[in-house]
Amino acid sequence: MELFVLQLFNGLSISSILLLVALGLAITFGLMKVINMAHGELIMIGAYATYLTQNLFISYMPAELFDWYFVLAVPVSFGIAFLIGMVLEAGLIRFLYGRPLDSLLATWGVGLVLQQLARTIFGAPNVAVKSPAWLDGGMVVMGGTLLPYKRLFIIALVIACLVAMYLYIYRSNEGRRMRAVMQNREMAACLGISTRRVDRMTFAIGSGIAGIAGCALTLLGPIGPSLGTYYIVDAFMVVVLGGVGKLVGTILGATGIGMFNTMFEYWTNASLGKVLVFVCIVAFLQWKPSGFVAMRTRSLD
Amino acid sequence: MSQNEILQCRDVTVEFDGFKAVQGMNLDLHKGELRFLIGPNGAGKTTMLDVICGKVKPSSGRVTFGEKVDITKKPEHQIAEMGIGRKFQAPSIFSSMTVLENLEIAMRQKRSVAATLFARLSSEAKDRLHHQLDMIGLGDKSGHRAGGLSHGEKQWLEIGMMLLQEPEVLLLDEPVAGMTDKETDKTGELLHEIALKRSVVVVEHDMEFVRNFASKVTVMHEGKLLKEGSMEDVQGDERVAEVYLGKRRDDYASRSTA
Amino acid sequence: MAWRQWTPRQWWILGGYAVATAVLFAAPLFVSDFRLNLLAKFLAFAIVALGLDLIWGYTGILSLGHGIFFGLGAYAMAMYLKLEASGGKLPDFMSWSGLKELPLFWKLFEPFGAAVALGLLIPALLALGLGFFTFRNRIRGVYFTILTQALVIIVTTLLVGQQAFTGGTNGVTGYSTLLGYSLASPDTKRVLYWVTAAALLGVFLFCRFLTGSRFGKVLRAIRDGENRVRFIGYNPALYQTVIFTVSAGIAGLAGMLFVLHVGIISPSMLGIVPSIEMVLWVAIGGRGTLIGAALGAILMNWAKSEFSTAYPEGWLFFMGALFVIVVVFLPKGVAGLFQSPPPWLNPGKLLDRVRNGGSGTRGGPLLRLLRKKDNGKSIQSVRRQAE
Repeated sequence: MELFVLQLFNGLSISSILLLVALGLAITFGLMKVINMAHGELIMIGAYATYLTQNLFISYMPAELFDWYFVLAVPVSFGIAFLIGMVLEAGLIRFLYGRPLDSLLATWGVGLVLQQLARTIFGAPNVAVKSPAWLDGGMVVMGGTLLPYKRLFIIALVIACLVAMYLYIYRSNEGRRMRAVMQNREMAACLGISTRRVDRMTFAIGSGIAGIAGCALTLLGPIGPSLGTYYIVDAFMVVVLGGVGKLVGTILGATGIGMFNTMFEYWTNASLGKVLVFVCIVAFLQWKPSGFVAMRTRSLD
Repeated sequence: MSQNEILQCRDVTVEFDGFKAVQGMNLDLHKGELRFLIGPNGAGKTTMLDVICGKVKPSSGRVTFGEKVDITKKPEHQIAEMGIGRKFQAPSIFSSMTVLENLEIAMRQKRSVAATLFARLSSEAKDRLHHQLDMIGLGDKSGHRAGGLSHGEKQWLEIGMMLLQEPEVLLLDEPVAGMTDKETDKTGELLHEIALKRSVVVVEHDMEFVRNFASKVTVMHEGKLLKEGSMEDVQGDERVAEVYLGKRRDDYASRSTA
Repeated sequence: MAWRQWTPRQWWILGGYAVATAVLFAAPLFVSDFRLNLLAKFLAFAIVALGLDLIWGYTGILSLGHGIFFGLGAYAMAMYLKLEASGGKLPDFMSWSGLKELPLFWKLFEPFGAAVALGLLIPALLALGLGFFTFRNRIRGVYFTILTQALVIIVTTLLVGQQAFTGGTNGVTGYSTLLGYSLASPDTKRVLYWVTAAALLGVFLFCRFLTGSRFGKVLRAIRDGENRVRFIGYNPALYQTVIFTVSAGIAGLAGMLFVLHVGIISPSMLGIVPSIEMVLWVAIGGRGTLIGAALGAILMNWAKSEFSTAYPEGWLFFMGALFVIVVVFLPKGVAGLFQSPPPWLNPGKLLDRVRNGGSGTRGGPLLRLLRKKDNGKSIQSVRRQAE
């Protein structure tokens, strides 16, 4: 029983990390059909932004306030990744709409440059971010199972991001414009919505969430220039499995992969576990080729 | 079912996420018939063509082709190979290939990988291709990239591809949309010529075109069969006038394009 | 005869090919042994590029998994070489990992012929399996691409994780002879170079046959409009699966030759980055032209070997930038420049090119145009497009 709870929690924890990483992709890929391979590097940027915030606190703030740097680091990571996303959209992505495979290659190039830039600025070795004291330790449940606060915090952060995104997409004027543009671009343009602005905002938000994911990843271990590459393919798998266009698909995809991954790795080992998950995904796609949530259209292509 | 029948749709129902686009539609087609399918927007005409060519799988009903084969369960490419050709509303040709290449792969032939690997253009096939090229007025553009053709030329190229495919049943979705009057007339004559050898179903909004060329007309409304008969019958029908045209009969008389 | 009607341009092209082939086979006469070895490696890469071009350039399917197919071919050959080097004893890394006897599947690679056959078959069958289960369900475009990338991850994790059977991160290395001939001797190297050059020529001619046939035309039709192909009676899934399998087999062949020249294969040589680099070779050379893909691979690797050791950082910046530049400004690669004059000679055209992208991409210029602009101009340009 104890083991079961622990496994369940581990699965949930991995799912939450996957979801946080994939959430930004669900926006840029799901809504805009842009394959942003630099998403991993935006995560890395968010992580380094957290690292910088920490360093600033060490240098310029009284020591007793240090623990609160993380509260500031979340919006800072979001903001920096948001701005970089905006620049990326204006400088490159907008030339690539409607060419998903080309956007994949071009953004991979961008990712390579960003990685190398990080290596030049921060050095190739990993750097450690000291997590705040209030996230040390954990909650003891069911007589002895320890649930680390850090992981609980990430789960809470994911839920917060989800709620914020839901409110933004489905309850705000900006979000309504965004949905309008993604569903029928020409019509939205005719109604006077600036699709350029919406595109830029949408991409920037997706990038900003990658920044938050990077911030969260600093809690789990040291960070380095190639941090994002570990997560990017898994994150894309989440989106493929979940289907595009709806948040609930992404949630299901992340939970599915996270849970099965934990389960298989427990039964076999890390490398065979990955193989089994992949086989399961391909098998699942036999049944539902466009993922959990699919949108039907009448057009030929 | 008479000997002469080639296509029979029975109680076809199509559902899109709860919305019934077609409800219990029946449609019979004879060999060598030119049939027009008309109806207001959203009547389910295009969906009906989609069902016949296999693009949309009906939730119930049967579509039998030729010797009593139910084709609703078959994949599109098999249906096409059996002899049902479909032309979509927007011209869809292979834009990076030349006009001649477009025609070459559409030509009736074995469709397996091995067959295409070792296929050679016989001089007879070459003659047919060039004959077709002349017929669709693209004789001097055989080497051009199809993507660079004008809208009308693309429509013609696609019709040419369909003809070389030699289907027994030809499904055309608004073939004259965007064409000039002269091109429209030419298309109509071509359709009549085609219908001598094969059966044709045309979805059309251009009423003048329908009046000029139709022998038999099927009217659909809200996914159902409303009326079937000659153009005079249909024109005289009260219900058709009501659902299709509203009260404004004048509009009906003048040329209307959707 | 057909050649009597050839235009001067066609004669020039034929002459070009003849000279290129002559230079290719005569290279050992005027190139140092060290350079010859490098060149042989590049030729192996050119073979993968040809295979990749078949599916990406001609069929429009982007595979980021060709590193794996290449790698599996390479492993097959390396396993044979390792067994020959171990001379009946257990290969060294196995005994380090505590294995007592040779795993059963290694025994398959003992005869040279079997190893070569498996080096072609294993990648081809893996591609066949993946292709069958994806194309059949119309999983395509970016979805397929992402799945191939996931395949790369799991195969590399598997190779690293099963150290006792695969040599782990170190890979399979430490062999010196092929069929009794020393791999280090210049004579063997020269012969192996000729074998590779002949393989490249053979694969090139084979690809030309494929792309020139009606089969090749169907592939291009699939690239232009997969659904339309279905309605003229071809089954795209079948064609896609076949060409993906063939392409993977070609990559496997290249991998086998690669190992003979390089003497090592390890998981890092077939991971995500090498796989996507292969795509870059084809993109730069020119997707959709065979000669472009092959030359792209050779030139890019030559540039890499010249610059990457001297300026490792600069090289990565350069490669990243190259990706962006090629995709945005040169969608048809360098070969595209020869087919149509460079767009930057004509500013109006350049803008158009940037906005509409290459013709080989999906979605259609009309759609892209509509997506691009939201001012009044778009209506006009749409109308212009329609007419």
